[in-house]
Amino acid sequence: MTDKTQYLVKQEPFYQAQGREVALYEAAYAAKLPVMVKGPTGCGKSRFVEYMAWKLQKPLITVACNEDMTASDLVGRYLLDANGTRWLDGPLTTAARIGAICYLDEIVEARQDTTVVIHPLTDHRRTLPIDKKGELIEAHPDFQLVISYNPGYQSLMKDLKQSTKQRFTAFDFDYPAPELETSILAKETGLAEGTAAKLVKIGQVGRNLKGHGLDEGISTRLLVYAATLIKRGVDAQDACRMALVRPITDDADIRATLDHAIDTTFI
Amino acid sequence: MAVDKALGEYQHPLMQQYWARLNTRFPQVAEIFEEAMAEALLVIDRPDLDAYLDAASFLGRLGRGVEPMLVFLEEWPSVVAAVGKEALTPVLDFVKAMQKSPNGKAITSFLQTLAAVARRLQSVEQLQHYLDIARDLMARTTGSIHGHHTTFPSPGLPFFFEHAPRVLDLLSVGGMWNWVDYGIRNYSHHPERQEEYFGLKLADSRAVLQRERRGTLFADVERQLDLYLRALWRDGDQLVPYSTAFDELRKPIPYYDKLGLRVPDVFEDAGMIGGIDRYRAVLAHMVGHRRWSTPQIADNWSPFQRMAVEFFEDCRVEMLLCREYPGLRRIFLALHPKPVEDACDPETTSCLRHRLAMLSRALLDPDHGYRDSDLNAYVARFHTMLADGAANTTDTAGLALSYVAKTRRQSDQFAKVHFDDTVIDYRDDNRHLWQFIEDSDDEEFFDDPDKSKVRESEVVGLPPRHYPEWDTHSKTYRPDWTSVYEALHPSGNPADIDKLLQKHAALAKQLKRLLDLLKPQDKVRIRYQEEGSELDLDVAIRSLIDFKGGATPDPRINMSHRTDGRNIAVLLLVDLSESLNEKVGTGGTGQTILELSQEAVSLLAWAIDRLGDPLAIAGFHSNTRHEVRYQHIKGFSEQWDDEVKARVAAMEAGWSTRMGAALRHAGHYLGARKADKRILLVLTDGEPADIDVTDPEHLRADTKKAVEELDTQGITTFCLSLDPKADEYVREIFGNRWRVLDRIERLPEQLPMLYLSLTK
Ligand SMILES: Nc1ncnc2c1ncn2[C@@H]1O[C@H](COP(=O)(O)OP(=O)(O)O)[C@@H](O)[C@H]1O
Ligand SMILES: [Mg+2]
Repeated sequence: MTDKTQYLVKQEPFYQAQGREVALYEAAYAAKLPVMVKGPTGCGKSRFVEYMAWKLQKPLITVACNEDMTASDLVGRYLLDANGTRWLDGPLTTAARIGAICYLDEIVEARQDTTVVIHPLTDHRRTLPIDKKGELIEAHPDFQLVISYNPGYQSLMKDLKQSTKQRFTAFDFDYPAPELETSILAKETGLAEGTAAKLVKIGQVGRNLKGHGLDEGISTRLLVYAATLIKRGVDAQDACRMALVRPITDDADIRATLDHAIDTTFI
Repeated sequence: MAVDKALGEYQHPLMQQYWARLNTRFPQVAEIFEEAMAEALLVIDRPDLDAYLDAASFLGRLGRGVEPMLVFLEEWPSVVAAVGKEALTPVLDFVKAMQKSPNGKAITSFLQTLAAVARRLQSVEQLQHYLDIARDLMARTTGSIHGHHTTFPSPGLPFFFEHAPRVLDLLSVGGMWNWVDYGIRNYSHHPERQEEYFGLKLADSRAVLQRERRGTLFADVERQLDLYLRALWRDGDQLVPYSTAFDELRKPIPYYDKLGLRVPDVFEDAGMIGGIDRYRAVLAHMVGHRRWSTPQIADNWSPFQRMAVEFFEDCRVEMLLCREYPGLRRIFLALHPKPVEDACDPETTSCLRHRLAMLSRALLDPDHGYRDSDLNAYVARFHTMLADGAANTTDTAGLALSYVAKTRRQSDQFAKVHFDDTVIDYRDDNRHLWQFIEDSDDEEFFDDPDKSKVRESEVVGLPPRHYPEWDTHSKTYRPDWTSVYEALHPSGNPADIDKLLQKHAALAKQLKRLLDLLKPQDKVRIRYQEEGSELDLDVAIRSLIDFKGGATPDPRINMSHRTDGRNIAVLLLVDLSESLNEKVGTGGTGQTILELSQEAVSLLAWAIDRLGDPLAIAGFHSNTRHEVRYQHIKGFSEQWDDEVKARVAAMEAGWSTRMGAALRHAGHYLGARKADKRILLVLTDGEPADIDVTDPEHLRADTKKAVEELDTQGITTFCLSLDPKADEYVREIFGNRWRVLDRIERLPEQLPMLYLSLTK
């Protein structure tokens, strides 16, 4: 039997609640309802799930989804070894067996025929058929499925099927309000509140251009990067250019505009 | 006569009428006439066509051959498109002046580049400056060679015309004037040199060109300034340039009004501050007023008092701006004059301006160093006022009036005013700050007779389909609330659309390259096939392992190839409401939104046709819930052919925008398509509205509901909005699936690009 404790979140992750999501998540978990966390990249979705796993003291198994992933990557497969073959559980199977929270991060990245394997786990059956082994796993009572999903993708080709969406309860995340985001930066990196507030201001400037040349604004994650650099002694303007501007755009006019915002905010 | 016969042969009675009006016998004109008229009809309104033809006719009778008339017929529509029809009178006046002088020969050269020049200048006022420059050049270089009299044409003039578009690529019209002036002053007595100078062949001609090139042209930074307003200030308004080079006495000052923010067409660097930052300072200052200033009743205040209030209020908004972006202070201070404390002599001169300019400096600059005790007292009071909040215009005015009273001098009334170092040129003229109660000329009063003109309903044929509408207050549907009538869109002339496409030939070429990239790789690999064309080694090994392990192996060990991975059906739904008749661009001289939409729709249809995705196009508008019209322009199974083009050519706008009903009806068609991906692309210029609905929230909520309904049917809706203020509601309706196009002029290019990027 797999050692559960290796999947426990040992230390309390810092998570700044934006609303009542913590209590609501606890309710969903108590009812073992599948959860979808929606929101733009880097707004705190993964951090939230990690925090909830810690708070509930349940193991957490995270899978970063990608296009090449097949159903076997989730469920498991036979491997060759010295004595012939050996079955290896995939992360989804492990989670269902040991009663972990299984977090499929950025689920739309996976192909749609891959994602259908989760369906039987998300309705009242809570089972996972493993065709290759001829086994039907009953999910452990503590098992829960969580997916994250960024609806802001500009490509309409990447989206969840209705039949998948309809199986989840959902949280709508967005970048935190300025005061909250400031305190997140300060607490996460130890940066002074005043400087953190300036970074948040630059974040707002970037987000104002969403839909006007930027597909997504500047994420909280990038702001954390900038804060980290500043905290380590990098000049604030350099840190901003490096962490906030260069990664998100090659458009010269947008760069010039963001650079100007940086130059007039940090003096 | 053979020629006459060929000329009289227009099928269309209107064309015959136009031709008669032109009244010419030049066979060369006959050759191009049809084409020229087709283009003219696109930009020149019917009532103005006569003036166009009369002007051409006049040019044909100058006795200078066919050229002037020919060139004019071909070029004028582009001039109108760029600066508006008002340019006709000044242009003809100038032609007459040339004709009277010995320079008649240059008329053709003048007309040849006029359209290119107009495109660079963008307004009639700027074009007028250009004509003035040409007139000046002509006057100062004609007939003055070696003292001979008035028989010699200006040697430089034809060269000037030839190169004018290039010069304007580099210089503002003011810069052009300096360049011309230099040439006249140095070479008016050397005909050959003059030719070389204006032909850009002389080294110093190019050097002056470079020298005049200092500064930042508005045209080059327009997009950056748009982004600046939006990103840093969440303000988005039209920017309208004016020229500063010609009004010597009253230099134009930035201002804003209903039509937008007015800024100079060029800014030279000012010391350390580059042109772009000068623009930003101007915009930031105006944004400050727009955020924090409220108009004051001016009637009871003297001009001095008003001037003081303006200085104080300007400083207040700048203080607040600097709270947002502290680095602005450096830019403001670098641009703000620093008046010398004792520069003005109060015995002989009115010093109020000087006092206020010093005060203004001191309010912004902690290191001002002025000793005057009144000044320092008011600086302190000003900062106290702003210590815990933004204060307001009324309090600021109170402080200003008290300052004027406190520091009043008899000499303030003197006619001689101290002006040095008192002009702060990034500040606007503050016209927004004053309200005059007396003699208010009511600009708001417009009565548009066209508005009430209701187009006759030509709804015939199919009975309406009824759709529900969402009532957001009761959270219920109103069943069968709207009646949607569908009809085949009327047809026009498909050749018009081919012309439009031709006009965008360069863009089409660029798109073609993108399309080729996007064209589905001919072969797509499909794995996990029981029967296929090739063994999939990875999968086969896995199956083998399964088999060895005693498990049932997966028999799907083959793969096959399929051509064409795209399986997308798209329906383009075009808003055809009244507002599309509005003109785009400065001064309302450009094309209408409808015309741009036609171009965009044509390009998109052309592009999608090349890609092979099934596409349908429909237009909609509404006249209350009882009459929502849905017009088929292209069906999924129709080709992008003349029949379809004819319908696009006839697109017309009128009535309102009941979007929810139209979306549901479009969904009815799109839902029936078998495709992996079904996309409903909505092109609109405003929010949902109809005349029988007063609460704007109602149709918004209904449209949002309609989008959700479509989503559950597996249809993805995406909105391209042309309303710069759309951010406020598109997000609410379309969630994340929308984009706002800030520069409507770029719609033809952007719509196909958007589609390509969405389906990449
Ligand atoms: N509410 C929050 N509390 C604490 N940290 C946060 C919060 N939101 C964002 N962060 C910070 O932003 C980073 C990115 O968040 P993450 O959860 O990885 O984003 P997502 O999963 O939405 O892409 C985190 O590592 C954390 O530093
Ligand atoms: Mg994440």
